Amino acid sequence: MDIFVQQLINGLTLGSIYGLIAIGYTMVFGIIGMVNFAHGDVFMLSAFIALIFFLILTTWLGISSVALALLIVLVIAMVLTSLWGWAIERIAYRPLRGSFRLAPLISAIGVSIFLSNFVQVAQGARNKPTPPMVRDVIVLFQGESGYNVALSYKQIIIMLTTAVLLTVFWYLVQKTSLGRAQRACEQDRKMAALLGINVDRTISLTFVIGAALAAVAGTMYLLNYGVVSFNDGFVPGVKAFTAAVLGGIGSLPGAVLGGLIIGLIETFWSAYFSIEYKDVAAFSILAIVLIFMPSGILGRPEVEKV
Amino acid sequence: MNAPSITTSSAEETQVPSRFNLQAALKDAFKTALITLALSIPILSYKTEQNGGELFLASRWWLVAAVVGIIFVLRVLEHAFLATKASRKALPDPHQATEPVHAEPSAYQKVSRFAIPLFLGVALSFPLLVYLVQGGLNESRYFVDLGILILTYVMLGWGLNIVVGLAGLLDLGYVAFYAVGAYSYALLSTTFGLSFWICLPLAGILAAFWGMILGFPVLRLRGDYLAIVTLAFGEIIRLVLINWVDLTNGGAGISSIPRATFFGVPFTSGDDGFAALFGLDFNAMHRYIFLYYLILGLALLTNFVTMRLRRLPIGRAWEALREDEIACRSLGINTTNTKLTAFAIGAMFGGFAGSFFAVRQGFVSPESFNFLESAIILAIVVLGGMGSQIGVAIAAIVLVGGPEMLRNLTFLKAVFGENFDPNEYRLLLFGAGMVAMMVWRPRGLISEREPSVILKERKAISGSLVKEGHG
Repeated sequence: MDIFVQQLINGLTLGSIYGLIAIGYTMVFGIIGMVNFAHGDVFMLSAFIALIFFLILTTWLGISSVALALLIVLVIAMVLTSLWGWAIERIAYRPLRGSFRLAPLISAIGVSIFLSNFVQVAQGARNKPTPPMVRDVIVLFQGESGYNVALSYKQIIIMLTTAVLLTVFWYLVQKTSLGRAQRACEQDRKMAALLGINVDRTISLTFVIGAALAAVAGTMYLLNYGVVSFNDGFVPGVKAFTAAVLGGIGSLPGAVLGGLIIGLIETFWSAYFSIEYKDVAAFSILAIVLIFMPSGILGRPEVEKV
Repeated sequence: MNAPSITTSSAEETQVPSRFNLQAALKDAFKTALITLALSIPILSYKTEQNGGELFLASRWWLVAAVVGIIFVLRVLEHAFLATKASRKALPDPHQATEPVHAEPSAYQKVSRFAIPLFLGVALSFPLLVYLVQGGLNESRYFVDLGILILTYVMLGWGLNIVVGLAGLLDLGYVAFYAVGAYSYALLSTTFGLSFWICLPLAGILAAFWGMILGFPVLRLRGDYLAIVTLAFGEIIRLVLINWVDLTNGGAGISSIPRATFFGVPFTSGDDGFAALFGLDFNAMHRYIFLYYLILGLALLTNFVTMRLRRLPIGRAWEALREDEIACRSLGINTTNTKLTAFAIGAMFGGFAGSFFAVRQGFVSPESFNFLESAIILAIVVLGGMGSQIGVAIAAIVLVGGPEMLRNLTFLKAVFGENFDPNEYRLLLFGAGMVAMMVWRPRGLISEREPSVILKERKAISGSLVKEGHG
């Protein structure tokens, strides 16, 4: 029981991070029907941006309040990563729009290889550890075997930030004119363009929002694990994509739900079965879901048009 | 998914000025430079250095200044280039109006007439050419090795071309079959002592078998979904190879795999060795040259089988499947079997290439079979122009040989200082090159296709008419 509750907490924390990345995949897939392969690496890049700004704020500017530093880091990382998302779309994907279907996918793989090697060249190949930023924990209760079930402050921060930002972005997509334009482009790009929607701008903004949420995930990842390296983008990226598919690609609540489920499965698998095969478990789920339930939990079934 | 393209091209493309406007170009270049500046904060401007357990930052603003400056100049040059191109285009071409539709044989047909014998000739005489140029067997080692590496990728590209180019099934986990082939040879030869020539077909059969196992569940998937599931399978195989230590020796890999023999005659300096048998002086290069011809033979076999298969009913079914799956089904083609054979035959050639890899290296480890390899092979197929055999060969030379050339750019050390290692930038440039190639030629180097069936005369099919399959 005590291990179960502890793993539940850990799984929800991890799941929040996956959910945030998954939204970027699901929105881009919904609007232009491509798997943005570089999204995992954008996430990794944002973790590096957050790491560097955290160091600048704490060591050079001497900000002692961790909460304030984290807030500033989060905002800066979101802004700069959004710019990266915009630039990537502008350079690598926009010229290929309306072209051959495989071209954007190959281009995205190219961006992914470029980004991870760019960070490796710019920042070095070694793991970058940070001093633990938030140490305090709340002991919830003591289990039978004397094992403390703890909820750490950083886990609370991660889950709260995720929840708040998700609400904000959900409002943005559901209630504002930008969100309406986005959903219109998703349904029929040509018609949307005829009705006066700037399709290019809408797609750019989709990438910007996706990158901003990836930056939140990157900052939270850094806060949770305290270490980041240049090749940390690939596996979380594929897992987040799994989450997006599991929840039903194109559906925002689905992406978050999928993220939480993947996070829970991964932590429980590590706790009760084998930690070596946790990635195998996540990848197998992807295959199984796609084979038996291709439209996911909350997605709409795809209609085959002749 | 297949929404028709909308012409919402961006401002620069539609309003290309007929004359070079310096002021506008500078303004735009300034904007680009400003964006570059913002992008390079903080990832370029500060480097995280480690001192014991502590991280600290080192400023590198000179680097940011250099990058921003380079981008600024490049952008101005790009504007100048586009303007001259546009003004040249504005002049009417005298042949424009009178050009008949199907007059000349296309550039592709012209090229293919010379290119194929030329390529084949160079490939066959490559060790001899290198020997003559380098002036010795031992000196030519590096180039023969490079030739082997390129040919391995040519073979992998041709193998994957069956799945992606002919059948239109997007496979991002092709390296799994390469791994199956390599481990089959490694395990069969080290545990049972089987020779390479027995293991080669076995590795092919095992890989084909795995192709069917992996292919079966994913038959219903299409397009990007198929790509991601095959990627997941590729990763699963790699993770199993790492973690199943009893069988595969885990991340440490399998070493001391038996070397290739000349149909039973080993390449040793002894009395029963290859050199003694043919009355030559012993030289370790004999083995490399043999390996070169071995992979050339395997690659040509792949090509030959593919060309023949295209003329068989199954090959036509693959291409029909790529063009339109629904029409295929309504014409009574068993799509399940068609897809499975494509997967199995593609996988079989991957398995052959894998067992060649194991015999060449004498060592296999799971790290040789990561996602990057799959991405490189797929990039070779797509850049070559899917379905074009010669295009795949050219793309393999460019993508594998090009980055390899970077290793030799040691003169750059004189420019950037002693610590500069061009090798570090290999994958960085590879990724950027992949994007650039896609933007430049989204349909690959050779986008035109030769028809499989002809009535009276041979005409190339333009790339814009060709579909690429849905899954």
